[in-house]
Amino acid sequence: MTERRFAEVSRESVRLMAEGAGVELGDDVAALLAEDVCYRLREATQSSSQFMRHAKRRKLTVEDFNRALRWSNVEAICGYGAQDALPFRSVKEGELFFVEDRDVNLVELALATNIPKGCAETMVRVNVSYLDGKGNLEPQGTVPTAVQSLSDDLLKYYQQITRAILGEDPHLMKVALLDLQSNSKIAALLPYFVYVISGVKSVSHDLEQLNRLMHMVKSLVQNPYLYLGSYVRSLVSSVMYCILEPLAASINPLNDHWTLRDYAALLLSHIFWTHGDLVSGLYHQILLSLQKVLSDPVRPLCSHYGAVVGLHALGWKAVERVLFPHLPAYWANLQAVLDDYSVSNAQVKADGHKVYGAILVAVERLLKMKALSLSQSAEGQSGAHPGSVVGAVSYRVNSPGLSPPPEPLSEAALGIASHLQVGGAGCHWEEWTPVPLPAMYCELYSFFGDSLAVRFSTGTGFGTHSPCTPSQLGDSRKEPPGPASNLDTTRKMPQLTANLNISPRQDGSPRTDPPPPSLSGPGSRSRSSSSCSRQRSAGLSREVFPKARFTSPQTTPPAFSFLIGGRQMGQRCQGRRPFQTMFATTPPVSAIPPRTYAHKLPVIGRVGKPVRRWTCSHYSLHLPL
Amino acid sequence: MAAVQGGMGDADIKTDIKTEPSADGFGNNNANDGRVLSASPGSSSSTGSNKQTAAVTPEDQQTLLAVLQFLKKNKLSESVEILRREAGLPENSLDPKANESAGAGSGGAAGIVDLEGGDASSLLSRVTGSSSAGAQAPTKAAVAEDQPDVSVVLSAYSQQGDPTLYKVYYRDLKKFIETVLDCHRAELSQVFYPLFVHMYLELVYNNHESEAKAFFEKFSGDQECYYEEDLRILSGLTKKEHMRGNETLLDFRTSKFVLRISRDSYQLLKRHLQERQNNQIWNIIQEHLYIDIFDGMPRSKSQIDAMSGSLAGEAKREANKTKVYYGLLKEPEIELPLDDEDEEAENEEGKPKKKKPKKDSVGSKSKKQDPNAPSQNRIPLPELKDSDKLDKIMYMKEATKRIRLGPDNLPSVCFYTFLNAYQGLTAVDLTDDSSLIAGGFADSTVRVWSVTPKKLRKVKSAADLNLIDKESDDVLERIMDEKTASESKIMYGHSGPVYGISFSPDRNYLLSSSEDGTVRLWSLLTFTCLVAYKGHNYPVWDTQFSPYGYYFVSGGHDRVARLWATDHYQPLRIFSGHLADITCTRFHPNSNYVATGSSDRTIRLWDVLSGNCVRIFTGHKGPIHSLAFSPNGKFLASGATDGRVLLWDIGHGLMVGELKGHTDTIYSLRFSRDGEILASGSMDNTVRLWDAMKAFDDLETDDFTAATGHIHLQDNSQELLLGTYTTKSTPVIHLHFTRRNLLLAAGAFNP
Repeated sequence: MTERRFAEVSRESVRLMAEGAGVELGDDVAALLAEDVCYRLREATQSSSQFMRHAKRRKLTVEDFNRALRWSNVEAICGYGAQDALPFRSVKEGELFFVEDRDVNLVELALATNIPKGCAETMVRVNVSYLDGKGNLEPQGTVPTAVQSLSDDLLKYYQQITRAILGEDPHLMKVALLDLQSNSKIAALLPYFVYVISGVKSVSHDLEQLNRLMHMVKSLVQNPYLYLGSYVRSLVSSVMYCILEPLAASINPLNDHWTLRDYAALLLSHIFWTHGDLVSGLYHQILLSLQKVLSDPVRPLCSHYGAVVGLHALGWKAVERVLFPHLPAYWANLQAVLDDYSVSNAQVKADGHKVYGAILVAVERLLKMKALSLSQSAEGQSGAHPGSVVGAVSYRVNSPGLSPPPEPLSEAALGIASHLQVGGAGCHWEEWTPVPLPAMYCELYSFFGDSLAVRFSTGTGFGTHSPCTPSQLGDSRKEPPGPASNLDTTRKMPQLTANLNISPRQDGSPRTDPPPPSLSGPGSRSRSSSSCSRQRSAGLSREVFPKARFTSPQTTPPAFSFLIGGRQMGQRCQGRRPFQTMFATTPPVSAIPPRTYAHKLPVIGRVGKPVRRWTCSHYSLHLPL
Repeated sequence: MAAVQGGMGDADIKTDIKTEPSADGFGNNNANDGRVLSASPGSSSSTGSNKQTAAVTPEDQQTLLAVLQFLKKNKLSESVEILRREAGLPENSLDPKANESAGAGSGGAAGIVDLEGGDASSLLSRVTGSSSAGAQAPTKAAVAEDQPDVSVVLSAYSQQGDPTLYKVYYRDLKKFIETVLDCHRAELSQVFYPLFVHMYLELVYNNHESEAKAFFEKFSGDQECYYEEDLRILSGLTKKEHMRGNETLLDFRTSKFVLRISRDSYQLLKRHLQERQNNQIWNIIQEHLYIDIFDGMPRSKSQIDAMSGSLAGEAKREANKTKVYYGLLKEPEIELPLDDEDEEAENEEGKPKKKKPKKDSVGSKSKKQDPNAPSQNRIPLPELKDSDKLDKIMYMKEATKRIRLGPDNLPSVCFYTFLNAYQGLTAVDLTDDSSLIAGGFADSTVRVWSVTPKKLRKVKSAADLNLIDKESDDVLERIMDEKTASESKIMYGHSGPVYGISFSPDRNYLLSSSEDGTVRLWSLLTFTCLVAYKGHNYPVWDTQFSPYGYYFVSGGHDRVARLWATDHYQPLRIFSGHLADITCTRFHPNSNYVATGSSDRTIRLWDVLSGNCVRIFTGHKGPIHSLAFSPNGKFLASGATDGRVLLWDIGHGLMVGELKGHTDTIYSLRFSRDGEILASGSMDNTVRLWDAMKAFDDLETDDFTAATGHIHLQDNSQELLLGTYTTKSTPVIHLHFTRRNLLLAAGAFNP
């Protein structure tokens, strides 16, 4: 009896209300009424909860209660339907509580100029959730911007992270970057971070900040829980800004903006290979803008440098497509800079050397990779490793009609793919036709001279592999200019002869034949360009030859299939590392043995079905040859 | 069958057994007997339900007698004559015995409107399910007024002992039960709750208010925690006047609380009560309890707990003995030729396919008649239209691309979030092909969105339709008004929150049920309302189309579910028997059965043909808010406010699994297309996936279990839980598997 399970309306309240209505109530009547009122209220509350449950809500609303009243033939209570909480006031004298009910000035309301906006339209939006291995207990998906409101925790996180990254403490920055890279709950913050990063343009004078922002990009890109979606475009444009723009910071020659450009270029390639599939046509857009910068003589050399490293980072195909055709035109300008020994030109000349070094590194890899890819395709076709990695790669190499796939290893395919898009992509590409490797070498040799040749003689792995490829080119394609240029190359590069003995199969290649008269344009062009340099190279080859012989036994042909993957992955680092620190002419040494990369080849398995089918048809086309 | 035994309780138990079936079939009889599924859709005119009109069973007769008795009492002699003539009863059939059963029968019809008419104090008092028993036109009016007087119902409480002794009696029984052997204690403890409630109500009825309060306070703590909700309602009831019009009380009073007790335990109890001369309790047991006695081992506490919790105790074993044809109907064979054509078309596109042999095998499989399936025309079903056939072909094609789900191959979830749904999203449905999504809102609107790039278009106006070339091949395209194309359409018509929504299988219609007591049929070609089905006079909580279209079921606050046909403005069947609101309704995949979940915490399965209740499933501890049939029709899953999913074997009428994990009401359940995975969506903002294959495979289906209905549930929820998807403050109120087994979920963002 003493315990009160429910709120109760006391008999005093009932009597007061009766008095308010002008009725005098006896004590017993009031008590009975009070009890009955309580019971009816409870009953109505219970039935109103049913309306709440069916409305799939947790909160009982006034409307629910009114419905319950209406269904029990009781008049609904009006005036309490507002969504906001009603202020409940107490009067000090006497225990009286009441809901505050302010007067509303209707005239003012009606004549108000600020017309309230209606609610946003009800709509349906989709997001996808998936399970990871352990069962996903975290909320997923981004809350659409329409209703986006960051929770306090997220906001705090955002502030802490940005402060740490852009602040002074390098240790704090490292921690922040690491968290940014691994945090799975920051999807909602992505737009904010992207916005911060897009601020590169406003801090172009501050190399340090730029660097930090680039690191931030890297962390975001590497975070496996983030779906970058269309934000990739924004990130790429920020990165491109760092690669290509003259940057206020570069006015001071003491500022090492070169490293920033290198890093940004590396980042660009990383974004592209991992997230390039999110935005269609990204590859072309990047390539076009790089080309534009490169072909613009008004731009400062550091921009050109950026374009070159950018192309280099995008892979040898990009170099072949954009840099190589531009080289003759560009060379003249560069040559002029380099040949100017005046004091006033010293700074520019130093920059020119940087560009020179960058181009050299780029073309070096171009030659190596091209040679490698040719040897791969040859092996793939010869069926030496039918199910191996080589096979898969070479299939992709051969497959036309393939849009740039996201796999890092499909580098090789891209050139051909973009070639196919020539029609649609724009006039810039139309004049481009693949130049056979020997012709390319000759042309490049005409620019770089021995500094190019030197780099080939000392590479650990490639010195042995690349030379044998031209013969396979002849094997597989049998293009008329092939043998002709082959001969030229073999004469220039003595390594070839040394390695030809490795595989007896290649001995029957037409390379041993006397050069037939060249039939096609490219062939003759390459020959003419190479003929002038023949004398010089002959002299060089004698010096180089012994070095090559030392390195050749290190290679193990059976491991070849793994080597390709490893090479390409490793190659990027290998190319960049000496490049980043200084542009010495010392040959690039593969610091990391290629085999350590061999396990990083998951991409091979991701070859889509349509690709296979294409390769098959393409392959069959090639068979009769 | 409850065993009859010697001793003092025998006679009473016998009468129980005898009268119970009639009470059980009560509501259905007036509405369904002598009626066929009057509408045979399309041109298929052969109704398989003719035999219904014949053979009035003894129970029916008793009910009729009860009705006659009532009519006579109210001096409606004309109606008496008509009814007697129609039913073919002899003049002298109104004997006292019939009178007796009238009390039970009409009391069960779950209606209490004061004879004085319109007592405002009877909150949410309901009409009986018989108000629209249209076919029996002459008697209809009379039957509709067949409302039992509450005083009749309650009069059973008038017998009273010394109010001060109630406590003693109860305590005495409690002491006894606590001292019996462990194996019996659990079983006998079941008696506590109904006994407690009835004793309390007796005290209240006889105006012993303070004794009642004291009694309640002393013993309410002993009751099982899952009765908490009912106890709270009970505790508010302290006056005889309040008993009038209190639903909970009436539910309790009008239906006997069913207990299952082993023979040994029962005898123990009986002996004790006899020894003590404890007539008060014994009377209550006789009057208000139905004890279902079985031979064999007493059940354990966990076994009892698994099955109890409903408003009226467990289901009688008899209630679940009827044969249920749970198999699937044979698919029509029109697919094959058309499909071949289609494949040829694909071949022309240059896609070599070797699917033909596989297709054939699929076809032959469906040709085999499932032994558990009902006959093809048990329920007349609409004939397939050409568009339906095309859709079937689409379905087959999609099905070949379906991903086989399993523990190692879980589906991704596509979540449709309703944004800016400030008005309150109350119901969602998706078409089978996942092309349209519809939402019912608390502001009475129904909104339809297209979730494919195809926009929603209306049909042109009549004037414009006259202008188009009706002979052209693309006439179906030409009738659409391109100007009206939009991503979503809003449909106005209801005057209360829309609680249930369902697309027709052919995507031409949409059903919505609302608080305003109507079910509306909307055309998705014109986006207008076609029909408002009025029958439920109270909020309609749920509605669903039959998987074959044409029929639909609705259930609501008036405690009856109704079966409708779209072209009839009155219901074809009225399923009455639930003791509280029907909260959700589902059609069996073969369209021959309807499952309803209710606030009385039971699930009932109704035969569409006869209108009878063929299964009662008890075990939930809260109102049931979601139901799902497995695609093979064998199993039923149910989810309730208690956050548990229970799995039921329809054929055996057994509970076969319990899935614990959710922390709030489960508003949606769905099996994957092949039935391997059960997805449950809840108010706790999660979607959980359960290994349905394993849950059903691990069944122990030995004869004993099947015969006694005693299940041993292993607590393997954690093993069966395959995954949990968490949303961002979005309660999951609908789930749907696409034809390729991608899981779609929907809910409104709730900041």
